[in-house]
Amino acid sequence: MRGMEQKSPVLQVENLQVSVHTAHGEQTLVRSLHFELYAGRVLGLVGESGCGKTVTSLAILQMLDKKMTTIQGSICIQGKELNGIKPKEMRRIRGKEIALIMQNPMNAFCPISTIGSQFIETIRTHMPVNKIVAKELAITAMKELHLPQPQALLRQYPFELSGGMLQRVMIALTMVLKPSIIIADEPTTALDVRNQRQVLHELDRCRQEYGAAILLISHDLGVIAELADEVAVMQHGVIVEQGDVYDLFDDPKHPYTSSLLAARPLLSMPMPIDNNRT
Amino acid sequence: MIRKLMDVALRYKIATACVIILFLFMMMSIFAPWLAPNDPISVDLAHRLQPPSWQYPLGTDQLGRCTWSRLLYGARTSLGVASLIFVSSLGIGILVGIIAGYKGGWLDAVLMRFCESVMAFPNLVLVLGIVGVFGQGMLQLVIALMMVQWVYYARMIRNMVVSLKERTFIAAAKISGSSSWTIMRRHILPNILPAIIVIGTLEMGWAIMDISALSFLGLGIQPPTPEWGAMILEGKAFIRNQPQLMIFPGLLIFLVVMSFHVLGEILSEKLGIKRGL
Repeated sequence: MRGMEQKSPVLQVENLQVSVHTAHGEQTLVRSLHFELYAGRVLGLVGESGCGKTVTSLAILQMLDKKMTTIQGSICIQGKELNGIKPKEMRRIRGKEIALIMQNPMNAFCPISTIGSQFIETIRTHMPVNKIVAKELAITAMKELHLPQPQALLRQYPFELSGGMLQRVMIALTMVLKPSIIIADEPTTALDVRNQRQVLHELDRCRQEYGAAILLISHDLGVIAELADEVAVMQHGVIVEQGDVYDLFDDPKHPYTSSLLAARPLLSMPMPIDNNRT
Repeated sequence: MIRKLMDVALRYKIATACVIILFLFMMMSIFAPWLAPNDPISVDLAHRLQPPSWQYPLGTDQLGRCTWSRLLYGARTSLGVASLIFVSSLGIGILVGIIAGYKGGWLDAVLMRFCESVMAFPNLVLVLGIVGVFGQGMLQLVIALMMVQWVYYARMIRNMVVSLKERTFIAAAKISGSSSWTIMRRHILPNILPAIIVIGTLEMGWAIMDISALSFLGLGIQPPTPEWGAMILEGKAFIRNQPQLMIFPGLLIFLVVMSFHVLGEILSEKLGIKRGL
């Protein structure tokens, strides 16, 4: 079953181009993007900030302001074209088929309602179930991700939890509807190293146990190396190099990839830090 | 956030005093039929302009009606009509404000330009115009004040929504597939509710002032319905000999309006809520 799924991509992005209308005319943010996501596989998208990683993920989710931007090319999930889809249909896909894990979990929750009510809202948006069933689904999802005391967590407010905990709750919240695609936009950037590991571990469980396809967006090569099967390197809105994670790390073809690899922070400094500045 | 409101109201002595005063007035208006010793409307010319006595605690007016009973029923009229205006104008204001703020674009522009054009006129002029067209009376007064009040709520709420809708958790709700309606109802409205309550407290004071002022001018609540502003108007003729006919209703208007305003000011200052139009 999974073997079959792996052959046809869950998400296929072809020749994607996003441009924004400004006072100085059209400005292209990303162009000629090609990539595919397969069930149970992780594609890492790396690049410096401002290179178009987040724009790409927002374009896939059709979250960009239609008046300000134009999206060209094709975004296909399981044979369904998303570019130019009706907003009402897209709403059914968001959360259910494609879920997004956000960079800063502290801001991603509504500050005045409990974790539980946010779980229930998300579940009931996509499933015709009552509150009690929705609550049970939420507890199951949290238990599967080994969150401590799910019942108590549901009654808490977002500001009562730490950032790492909130990000894990966020993953549980996205996994409760078992989406086939997860876009993780810098899921670990706001977290300390221990929590990073935990969050990555849980993302790994998502793809192994549910066969979710993950688009992992990060500027942290360590995070990419940990989780991704394949990597795409982005610079100025273009994918400059794409390949298997081991091949790419061992033998970067594009000079930008090499410079990214060279810019990794190391614990042991081979030379004084000033010499590294360019 | 609601808990925080209560917290502030109870921590500052002046705010607590205002809450107690307002609570007493609320009780007064609710239990007026049980607290009033006499019928506030029945005319008894044999006992006109009586001094305070056991039967008439604050004396009687020029038609022999018990002043104390009329004050109690007047609280009912003032607070009741003010609440009616408050609820209806706030309802329209919330609806228009949230839709304009959330949807943006031409809809926002059209609605806000309309609000601004209403604001451009002095309130009293508009109300006088509306009362002039529809005639005098309680219902007309409510409609007139509602029609000029809601624009202020709409404009304030719209501004709050505009800054709120750019927050990440609204995007997060959208990404998880929530519809615009759900987002407005479950995320935007509860987030602006504390500010609405604070501003509403201030506006309640203004509403009571407006009602009394219009009734004093003879354009609002019509006799024989007891109302504080109308009572001042009726007592005006006897200001030299029977000043209490004007003093008591005036004192009550002063107390209620002041309590609403002081409470509203303390809440908005301590919670950092600004009345940005």
